[in-house]
Amino acid sequence: MSADIPLLSLREAFSRQFRRHFKALMGSPADMANPLLFFFMVVTLFPLGLGPDPERLSAMAPGLLWVVALLSSLMVSSKLFGSDYEDGSLEQLAIAPYPLSILVMGEVAAHWLATGFLLAAVSPLFGIMLGLPAAGLGVLFYSLVLGTICLTLIGAIGSALTVSIRRGGLLMSLLIIPLNVPVLIFGTTAVSEAVIGGNPQTWLTLLGGLAMGSLALVPLAISAALRVSLDN
Amino acid sequence: MPLLTAQDVAIERGERRLLSGVDLTVEAGDIWQLVGANGVGKTSLLRALAGLAQLGVSGQIAHAQTRLYLGHAPALKKNLSALDNLRCHPASDILASDDMIFSALASLNLAGYEERPVGSLSAGQQRRVALTRLLLSQAPLWLLDEPFTALDVSGCEWLDTQIRSHVSSGGAVVYTSHQPSRFGSLQQDVDLVRYVC
Amino acid sequence: MWTFIHKMGSPPWFFRFSGVVVQWLLPITIGLLLVGAAWGLLVAPPDFRQGNSYRIIYIHVPAAVVALAGYYVMAFAGAVSLIWRIKMADVTMRAAAPVGAVLTAVALITGAIWGKPTWGTWWVWDARITSMLILLFLYLGVVALFEAYENKTAAARACAVLSLVGTVNIPIIYKSVDWWYSLHQPASIKFTGESAIDSSMLYPLLLMIAAFYCLFALTVLLNMRAELVWNHREANWLQQLVRKV
Repeated sequence: MSADIPLLSLREAFSRQFRRHFKALMGSPADMANPLLFFFMVVTLFPLGLGPDPERLSAMAPGLLWVVALLSSLMVSSKLFGSDYEDGSLEQLAIAPYPLSILVMGEVAAHWLATGFLLAAVSPLFGIMLGLPAAGLGVLFYSLVLGTICLTLIGAIGSALTVSIRRGGLLMSLLIIPLNVPVLIFGTTAVSEAVIGGNPQTWLTLLGGLAMGSLALVPLAISAALRVSLDN
Repeated sequence: MPLLTAQDVAIERGERRLLSGVDLTVEAGDIWQLVGANGVGKTSLLRALAGLAQLGVSGQIAHAQTRLYLGHAPALKKNLSALDNLRCHPASDILASDDMIFSALASLNLAGYEERPVGSLSAGQQRRVALTRLLLSQAPLWLLDEPFTALDVSGCEWLDTQIRSHVSSGGAVVYTSHQPSRFGSLQQDVDLVRYVC
Repeated sequence: MWTFIHKMGSPPWFFRFSGVVVQWLLPITIGLLLVGAAWGLLVAPPDFRQGNSYRIIYIHVPAAVVALAGYYVMAFAGAVSLIWRIKMADVTMRAAAPVGAVLTAVALITGAIWGKPTWGTWWVWDARITSMLILLFLYLGVVALFEAYENKTAAARACAVLSLVGTVNIPIIYKSVDWWYSLHQPASIKFTGESAIDSSMLYPLLLMIAAFYCLFALTVLLNMRAELVWNHREANWLQQLVRKV
């Protein structure tokens, strides 16, 4: 009806959500450190479980690193909208005079920067620990930067769908893991190709395409899922 | 132009029909109280009017594009300060400057608490931080769910004053409450018993 | 066309319409199944390398084909439910999910049984098997999500969103699993069925695929009717129908 009230520009509305969530994440460093610590501990488990043979470890490193990255991303994404649902922020987002998909993307972007990007940034360290050859370290970083964009976005759909369900954690893994299969395949293949001196570009490009496609489509799915959750 | 119109609204919860045939027109200057016993569907109706609930809501609802909804949950991030919480409110309806936010918080006796994490404030203080939005938002239509609960006498008086001044300056308020009418002839009641299925 | 869709949305009309369809579909399905099975199991010649063990394809392949198609049926119903808010679409989606999941499981189990004599092992990480397994997870996700929601209207909406996301993803998943497999393909295992299939084996297979499509449609319709009866157990039109019978 009447729209004579001044509104923020979409960009400003987006960046306010980004700032809100980034600050909130920075305010609880433990939440940010948890996935990294998880990554670190699981990386420690592999030599213990598989034996310390450097050759064997380095052959398996691309797959191992990517699987752990996927799991730790799953772990943090499951809580993406949890506090918003509980403290009523989600109701306010849904009622705001802006497209919900854009406001929510501010939040997802902050989440990715504080978890996904951070994970990618420290991943070469874990790569070294598992004996990943130097040629693979850079590609590991790039593939995880692109890959965590996809993982975070898909995880956000899962979180949005399960946020109103009491024990949604396990369900979330069931919903999300099958959707993450292509990301895992492209990511590990890129790193493996780099290690054997092959052509990682193709796979990085595929990952980039996947990230772009997700950026275009996933916000709509997230906002639809959040509205359903508010109705449950 | 009315700020909110609802025509023949029916509300279902799962497979159970709560209310049907609700008609409501809210004009500038109106105060409406949704009255009814517990569980009759006051909150469900208010959420539907706000545009929050969509499933199971049938009929026509048209409302102003910007509206302020205050629910049971305060929509505050515990580890952000009151200032940050209001600056970057999820409803994105606050365009006020920091000075205005400071003075609004001060008028609710929150001076000196602006920069503290909201989680460290008492429950009553947190509630008042959430209410500060009434001073800062530009929305002409307020939808308030049980706004008087958990407020002390002076808090209730403050809220009374805000609601009165909001409607006298061309706004409108719809609220739910168990308490009897607070605004006398100024307000109208919607008794939900009439619409129960 | 529009009035037809509109009619489909009305439960009493759909109940009567589906009753007629089931009446015809039931004998057709049984007939196709019997003829296809008899032809495939008794008439078709044995494979020159696998002998008689290949005959499991008359269940395995139709189940796999219809399982995948079933996901698209479910997602299409989900899209209809999201866009036009037709309740019958919700019911279709809810009815199709478990049927699809069972078909996927049948395809996986028969695949394993076939694998034992053919490859000497129950399970191989072959591209098709892996894709099928992921499809099973996608189905189970939809079923579990539906069960987890308290408000079943919301549940149907959530499943619609999820199945649409899955639909966009399925081609990518299949393609990526294909690439993954061709990169890691072990030399010792080759898929034997790759060579062109002889028409004496193909015709009963096509018949069985048609039979499974009918079986899928039949099961989904029966599921939907059961659900309608439950949802409208107190509605007038159903009570009248019961009294008539």
